[in-house]
Amino acid sequence: MKDMDTQGYTTADGRKIGGVVMEMKNITLRFGGVMAISNISFDIREGEIRAIIGPNGAGKSSMLNVISGFYNPQEGEVIYKGQKRPQMKPYQVARQGIARTFQNIALFEGMTVLDNVMTGRIRQMNAGLLAQAIWKGKAEREETENREAVEKIIDFLEIQHIRKTPVGRLPYGLKKRVELARALAAEPSILLLDEPMAGMNVEEKEDMSRFILDVNDEFGTTIVLIEHDMGVVMDLSDRVVVMDYGKKIGDGTPDEVRNNQAVIDAYLGVAHD
Amino acid sequence: MAQSSQAAEGLGSIPALLQRNAKQFADRPAYREKEFGIWQCWTWAEAEKEIEALALGLLNLGVNEGDFVAIIGRNRPHFYWSMVAAQSVGAIPVPLYQDSAAEEMAYVMDHCGARFAIVQDQEQVDKVIDVQDRLTQFEHMIYIDPRGLRKYDHHKLHQFSHVQAQGRAAHDEFITDLKARREKLDYDSICVMLYTSGTTGKPKGVVLSNRNIIEASRSSAEFDKLSRDEEVLAYLPMAWVGDFIFSIGQAYWCGFCVNCPESAETMQTDLREIGPTYYFAPPRVFETQLTNVMIRMEDAGRIKKWLFDRFMAHARRVGPAILDGKPVSAWDRMTYALGNVLIYGPLKDTLGFGRVRVGYTAGEAIGPEIFDFYRSLGINLKQLYGQTEASVFITLQPDGEVRSDTVGVAAPGVEIRIAENGEVYYRSPGTFEYYYKNEESTRSTKDPEGWVATGDAGFFEEGSGHLRIIDRAKDVGKMADGKMFAPKYVENKLKFFPNILEAVVFGNGRKECAAFINIDLNAVGNWAERNNIGYASYQELAGNPKVLDMIQSHVEEVNRSLAEDPMLAHCQVHRFLVLHKELDADDGEMTRTRKVRRGVIGEKYEDLLGALYDGSTEIFTTTEVTYEDGRKGSISATLQIRDAAVVPVGEHRKVAAE
Repeated sequence: MKDMDTQGYTTADGRKIGGVVMEMKNITLRFGGVMAISNISFDIREGEIRAIIGPNGAGKSSMLNVISGFYNPQEGEVIYKGQKRPQMKPYQVARQGIARTFQNIALFEGMTVLDNVMTGRIRQMNAGLLAQAIWKGKAEREETENREAVEKIIDFLEIQHIRKTPVGRLPYGLKKRVELARALAAEPSILLLDEPMAGMNVEEKEDMSRFILDVNDEFGTTIVLIEHDMGVVMDLSDRVVVMDYGKKIGDGTPDEVRNNQAVIDAYLGVAHD
Repeated sequence: MAQSSQAAEGLGSIPALLQRNAKQFADRPAYREKEFGIWQCWTWAEAEKEIEALALGLLNLGVNEGDFVAIIGRNRPHFYWSMVAAQSVGAIPVPLYQDSAAEEMAYVMDHCGARFAIVQDQEQVDKVIDVQDRLTQFEHMIYIDPRGLRKYDHHKLHQFSHVQAQGRAAHDEFITDLKARREKLDYDSICVMLYTSGTTGKPKGVVLSNRNIIEASRSSAEFDKLSRDEEVLAYLPMAWVGDFIFSIGQAYWCGFCVNCPESAETMQTDLREIGPTYYFAPPRVFETQLTNVMIRMEDAGRIKKWLFDRFMAHARRVGPAILDGKPVSAWDRMTYALGNVLIYGPLKDTLGFGRVRVGYTAGEAIGPEIFDFYRSLGINLKQLYGQTEASVFITLQPDGEVRSDTVGVAAPGVEIRIAENGEVYYRSPGTFEYYYKNEESTRSTKDPEGWVATGDAGFFEEGSGHLRIIDRAKDVGKMADGKMFAPKYVENKLKFFPNILEAVVFGNGRKECAAFINIDLNAVGNWAERNNIGYASYQELAGNPKVLDMIQSHVEEVNRSLAEDPMLAHCQVHRFLVLHKELDADDGEMTRTRKVRRGVIGEKYEDLLGALYDGSTEIFTTTEVTYEDGRKGSISATLQIRDAAVVPVGEHRKVAAE
């Protein structure tokens, strides 16, 4: 593969960012006559927090869905770990180590927090149907191992007190945290967060920001996030892609993006031709 | 005092007790902590190894004898080990409240000149770093949870497990020094320094010696026949003297196991899983639990509800008597036994009290209904009275002599006397040594003979010989006729009604008492909903005539109960009004710990106070309020003033203040 950048860089606070792990090349996504994403390219580096921002309807969630394999773009290619990714189903993408959370929480409401997070370990459970049914040998061993991994995540995200609570009974902010826990349980190398702070109050946002930073710091997880709250984005991210009407209008560090005229126009509202 | 400087069997310090326990109870559990969903356990032998490794690590870091080591975090075995490790190397542990602001920590750490701090996590590390520049003597910080701390400058910052590892590596180099330092400790050496919370003025460092802690632990453990088989749940702040006595003093003396919850939020679940045999909680905790039970029973099915009501009524009637070993008819006993199978047992188990043999509450007055509820279930809940300066124990209630309105008899080894003004004084082996760097306060609190002023007013009840605490001594005043005026006592009686959130009673220097009352919006709101009473605001609800009727009936009930008490019958509330706004710390009417500021309230609502005493039936008033965001506004209302029926007091005895 050509020009794989292996250099990486060091952030202002001393974190080492690695080479490019995923590259989006000239992605175009259409729904019938609607152009959701037009000819967008950008890259994601290992260990960085990469934000995608933009006004409503800019195509951010579509972009995330392209990364997660939910949508297949009509044009362009996704290069993951140096290889062009063929058309894939979302579960195949998940197996490659990409996990996500959803804008409107998608948890199993009737199940407990613990069970929900356990579902994130599905990739690590290989015992046969029979072994699982009688819960012997490999199945038992696997469950113990997975439970241990899940308990570490529960501890990490400080949700011990709701371990046995059905998700349906939880307030919104906690559900978001449970969803993050389930995504983390998959031990992803890339974590996609679709508006992790939407609908949260200031305190919940601060908590969530801390968890995102800690996940990145502790597990070295690459994080791609979509967020509306500009303050949060600018504080958290290493680099930001700005989209508007399906086009990329800016890409760079938070400071660069903040001073980009096209970005300012998009946010303050300038008439589109 | 007549004690020798060395206790029996050479057990003159906490580290010495640890050595004994590690030999005698080697394989018995010493600490448990729930982590990753599982109870992790350390035996006494293992705990001793952990503490030794840490102590060696501290020597390696250069801890000197007499250094102060600040301990900041929630109840975890690691922090208890830290305290004992610090003692082992001759240093003095100073536990701090983990939720204090950086400023308060700065004051305490600067005051004691702490050189080292052992803290929980990034949050605490950040707080200490914030104030570090002002702490001239401060050097090294040790943290337990490494999360988020990787990028920090580690010149003077160490991870707990690394300090222990270095300690183990340097075992041969430092072990002789450690043993020498440990053996130097005796009854006179300082065991711990605890800062009083400082509701008035700056916190004071209370210095407690090994004698104080061990004697207090020994005698109280004998009083309640505590053994090595007890289980306790350590969940109260480590900076509080009670936790030090229960989780270190008594635990080391008796050799029982200290269980640490997974987090503050899981305490209720962990309590149930452990099922402690010896338990302490402030009244607030018991109150919340009871409320939860009642709310859940409201939602229960009809049969369950009927069973619950039926058997609880029976328990209230005979339960306390059975617990106290008083004669109860065979039929009642049988019904109680049936209730135990159907209701009391399962309920106790759900609450985590299934195995409680000795339970204590203290700190403030507990409502008699709450107290009796737990007693009637067969939980041996008792009251004690104490303070930091006494190494907790001043009085205790013996089994079989438990009541909600007294605090019991003098604890073993404690002498008590009541001063002329009604203030309670005590002297005991647990009496603190001195306030650190504060000779003036030491002298004004503790006289040369060792008597300590508690600051509380009380009296011994005739007949039972139990102490009754009435009020803070400085709040106790005199009424116009010279009789004792104890506002807090009356306010507490009023506040025992769920509908009354706060009460402020006036009467100092006056002929009769009057009160301001705050309704509890939750309780009264709930009541209003059930009775189809519509309201749009707090103010409207507070002014509703039916609410006033209800409050009036509460006040009159309090008056009847006061009338039965010869000491305080004259404190009956003659007139009252229900305030149109909640008393609020933002308006300066209460302290942040929700204690009413009588003076401020009296001045602010001068017009209302005047109306209480001039006989008017209503008054229009305007009050300034501060909103949460700091903006100011004003509310005005016309308040009704009600007369409450009082029970005429005939011939009664003279008060202790005479």
